[in-house]
Amino acid sequence: MRYQLIGVNHKSAPLEVRERLAIPESRLPDTCRDLTNYPGIEEGMVISTCNRVEVITHTTNGHADLRGFLHQHFHIDPDDLDPHLYEFREKDAVRHLFRVAASLDSMVVGEAQILGQVKEAYATARAVGAVRGQLDQLFSRAFAVAKRVRSETSVGSSSVSIASVAVELAKKIFGSLHGKNVFIVGAGKMSELAARHLMAHGCASIFVANRTYERAIGLAQKFDGQAIKFEDLYNTCDRADIVITSTGAPHAIFRREHGEQFLARRKNRPMFFIDIAVPRDVSPEMGKLDGIFTYDIDDLQQAVTSHVADRRKEAERAEAIITSEVEKFEARVQTLDVVPTIVSLQDHLETIRQAEIDRVRGRMGQLSPEQEIAIEALTRGIINKVMHTPITTLKSAAKESEATTVVDVVKRLFNLQVKPRDVSAEPAAKKDEVGTRP
Amino acid sequence: MSLLWLRFALGCYFIGLVYAFVALRRTSDLFSRIAFHAASMGMVFHFVSLTELFLSGQVVWASVHNGESLLAFLSMAFFMVIYAIYKTTSPGVVVFPVVFFLTFVAAVDEQPVLLTAFVSNKGWLIAHIILIFTGYAALVLSFGASLLYLVQERRLKSKNPTSLISFLPALEVIDQIGYRSLLLGFPFMTLGLLTGSVVALTTYGRVDFLDPKILLSVLMWAVYMVMVFTRWNSGWRGRRAAFLATFAFVAALAAWAANYFSAIHRFAAS
Repeated sequence: MRYQLIGVNHKSAPLEVRERLAIPESRLPDTCRDLTNYPGIEEGMVISTCNRVEVITHTTNGHADLRGFLHQHFHIDPDDLDPHLYEFREKDAVRHLFRVAASLDSMVVGEAQILGQVKEAYATARAVGAVRGQLDQLFSRAFAVAKRVRSETSVGSSSVSIASVAVELAKKIFGSLHGKNVFIVGAGKMSELAARHLMAHGCASIFVANRTYERAIGLAQKFDGQAIKFEDLYNTCDRADIVITSTGAPHAIFRREHGEQFLARRKNRPMFFIDIAVPRDVSPEMGKLDGIFTYDIDDLQQAVTSHVADRRKEAERAEAIITSEVEKFEARVQTLDVVPTIVSLQDHLETIRQAEIDRVRGRMGQLSPEQEIAIEALTRGIINKVMHTPITTLKSAAKESEATTVVDVVKRLFNLQVKPRDVSAEPAAKKDEVGTRP
Repeated sequence: MSLLWLRFALGCYFIGLVYAFVALRRTSDLFSRIAFHAASMGMVFHFVSLTELFLSGQVVWASVHNGESLLAFLSMAFFMVIYAIYKTTSPGVVVFPVVFFLTFVAAVDEQPVLLTAFVSNKGWLIAHIILIFTGYAALVLSFGASLLYLVQERRLKSKNPTSLISFLPALEVIDQIGYRSLLLGFPFMTLGLLTGSVVALTTYGRVDFLDPKILLSVLMWAVYMVMVFTRWNSGWRGRRAAFLATFAFVAALAAWAANYFSAIHRFAAS
């Protein structure tokens, strides 16, 4: 495993440093090409997102000068960059990549975007030929691990911002948000953010009411919505399924009697009030009505906190999955490392066998088919017996740290010329799986 | 042989029953998938059992056990239709126990309990049974949905953060399931009662409205109608709808139980 990874992320480097390393999408192919042309690098690719820039490579000897590549490529003074860099090799590099793909290294743990970004970076590098056999199998595994983490833990299932919790709650009430109307009462930053989230999930239209009518018009225009005069609030509010309220009123502006009116006019279709005002705009009494669901800022915050805690717990389970997957991957790669030597040993001995049979055939005269079969069986039997011990030794050495030494010894003993292994051809099914992934 | 298939079906439905109890406590995608496949398998066995019964020529539609088996099958069919539309197994929480119970009763007792009266018009009788049972099946589902609606409403009102990861579908989806089942079941129930009246008229020459079976059936139909009307007219849902649905369900059970007291719709061991 001669994997090597270097990079910066939101934890290791401030935004100013990350900005200097960020690579626009259009320049990624060139960067990948430059990377593979750099001394000591066989394959390489770059992941560049707003929170991280990472260079992942498969090197010729496990010790490529990736720092040098970064300094040269980005024209950055080592003193400015090096303190923020992290670098991983072999098993640690594999582990880091698995964690990144599974979104365990993200700023918001469990967010789904990163996997898509890694897949895009992989596709770009593959298209320019910077990713071939070795990185191919590493990334195929990383995507499978990310999928496993997502399906076996709920690390990506719950929201961690008030606006997204509000959207999730709305979905628990209404199912799809398509065609639902939103009413913003009191034009504030937070309600605007919540409304933006709701609109992004398919809500149809927005009404805005504010004490200052001009501000209502301003906000309504942003969403292509409709401004409502504050005095018309109670007559129009029932047109909305979701009400986000954040006025500075000293008392509740929505009381039980209003809720009853709304429900009567809506034929009891449910309404969801997101009350982010302090003091609250919706009286607790109104929230008790069947069909009215009220969440105030504390309720939403509580949901957020609980989700963050849940994610942390789930992240621990996800880490355990990553650890076991890294072990499995390492074992697999190491076994694959000895495969070319085994194949070449088999070829070598088979050539000798054939040559020896041909050499003595003339001396043996005409052979009956039975005799041919007997000679074939005899010579094959000898070869198999001779090969048995070296092959089992190679296979068991593959799992130990001494694998390289044993491979070298076998090569020297038998004078083997090992052809480089074309991994991309090996796990054909796996490659297809990755290729078809959206 | 038909009974054997039914017992296989019962085994599959048992997994559904276990799911129903587990799903109330915690969410498990895997278990819900297992339960769904088991229930589908159960339906296949059940279908084979009913078909075999029908093809054997010994079908006794007016036998209590065959009726129970048919009702269980129709309830499962409704459940599957809902699954096809909404991709949720949660109505199973109510449907599976009912189906299991009905299949259990139908599968354990070999003594056919038959309608005592001699019915001359077999066609009307079969129509009556199928229509009324479809209506019952829809009622079971609508009852289930209204209970789930209550559970989901409570969860959302409790503001407990775990409500967000509850196994139940969205409140409006549950509501739609209940309402659509109600709307679909109503014409079947109405036509079922009408065909029943025709059967009674041809057999006895009159319909005795004071007979407990008929009285309770009409009561159940009336509650059913009130449910459809209040929902359509004022959008009743939640507690009030659940109350009505429970009442209709109890009336349906009572109407079924009335088979043992009715003079004209009585079953007895053969």
